[in-house]
Amino acid sequence: MAMTIHVDVVSAEASIFSGLAEFVVLPGESGELGIMPGHVPLMTRIKPGAVRIKLPDSSEELIFVAGGLLEVQPGLITVLADTAIRGGDLDEAKALEAKRMAEEAMVNRAATLDYARAQAELAEAVAQLAAIDRLRKRGH
Amino acid sequence: MPGSKEIRTKIKSVQNTRKITKAMEMVAASKMRKAQERMRAARPYSEKIRRLAANLSQALVTEYRHPFLTKATAHKRIGLIVVTSDKGLCGGLNTNVLRLCMNTMREWETKGVTEMRVTAIGNKGLGFMQRLGAKVVSSITHLGDTPHMEKLIGPVKVMIDAFQNGELDAVYVSYTRFVNTMKQEPVLEPLLPLSGERMGTPERSWDYIYEPDAQAVIDELLLRYVEALIYQGLAENMASEQSARMVAMKAATDNAGSVIKELQLVYNKARQAAITKEISEIVGGAAAIAG
Repeated sequence: MAMTIHVDVVSAEASIFSGLAEFVVLPGESGELGIMPGHVPLMTRIKPGAVRIKLPDSSEELIFVAGGLLEVQPGLITVLADTAIRGGDLDEAKALEAKRMAEEAMVNRAATLDYARAQAELAEAVAQLAAIDRLRKRGH
Repeated sequence: MPGSKEIRTKIKSVQNTRKITKAMEMVAASKMRKAQERMRAARPYSEKIRRLAANLSQALVTEYRHPFLTKATAHKRIGLIVVTSDKGLCGGLNTNVLRLCMNTMREWETKGVTEMRVTAIGNKGLGFMQRLGAKVVSSITHLGDTPHMEKLIGPVKVMIDAFQNGELDAVYVSYTRFVNTMKQEPVLEPLLPLSGERMGTPERSWDYIYEPDAQAVIDELLLRYVEALIYQGLAENMASEQSARMVAMKAATDNAGSVIKELQLVYNKARQAAITKEISEIVGGAAAIAG
């Protein structure tokens, strides 16, 4: 029986894989990493790509990750997978988008206020018409 | 029969309302189950990243001090991330969390906080904060029923960047915590700087090899940790939203039922009165002829 190591692959949205493995291959930031039981403690970023997990029954599990972090402890490998492709520029674009939305909502607020005022004016007009109508009926 | 037609129309309309609230209740019930599953699915990640962050924050006190871990001396400029739902009709859920935010913001003001920035996650919070005149720096709405990390990155980054650049002394996050189906409570808790207690004590500190270097890895890790905390808040908020909506719609359905019962009674009385009146007229007429 070959030596095994516990592997957890989790993302913020779900737990993807948890179980024993003989060998794990990952796309590390500074190159492809092959991790076997007894690896020294390691922590690194991983690039978008496939994580290959060789299971004890010599079948293979293939998981695609959009980057993330890898932690290796003696006896435990943890892959913290990202659910989105990350990158300085991409994140920046998203931040700008979020800012823009907030600003846009601010602008639209004026529009909704006008809408509210129009509605109030309309209600007033309707009330006036109703009053005139009543007065007229009483007059007849 | 005066008014009986109006009563019938009213009963019809209340019946229609009841149908709608009943349907919404059932939809919310099924969505709630899914939202709870998602909330649970997010736990392993938060748990793992919390443990890692705890290990690292202890191991690296001397080597590298990340800005997230550095406590500011002042408490004058504050960022607040408010998580609310996009849609209404969910009882007091948003009202409660927004009231908590408003009261806390007032309290901060009296304590000499000079600047407050708000990130609104969810439509209700955005609208409220704008009416309040708060400085909304980023927002995200229309999140749907599934919380996606991808959508959170942008709005949260605006806050985190401000904190890292020293524009903010602290960042807080406010959402509705899911206790159980019947109970959800609004919370407002500190997010940045990261507190040691929240991360817990490290079980054991390994002497890691860092690739490419410690600082890069820790930056990434802590950023993800903060995002995971907010994600967890959003997932809890969504589960709370669905259960609050289910309870609110159940109450509405029950209320509609009792209104219908009362209206039915009024209608029957009016009908009976009309019948009685008619009979007495006939009897009176017959008596007049006979007489």
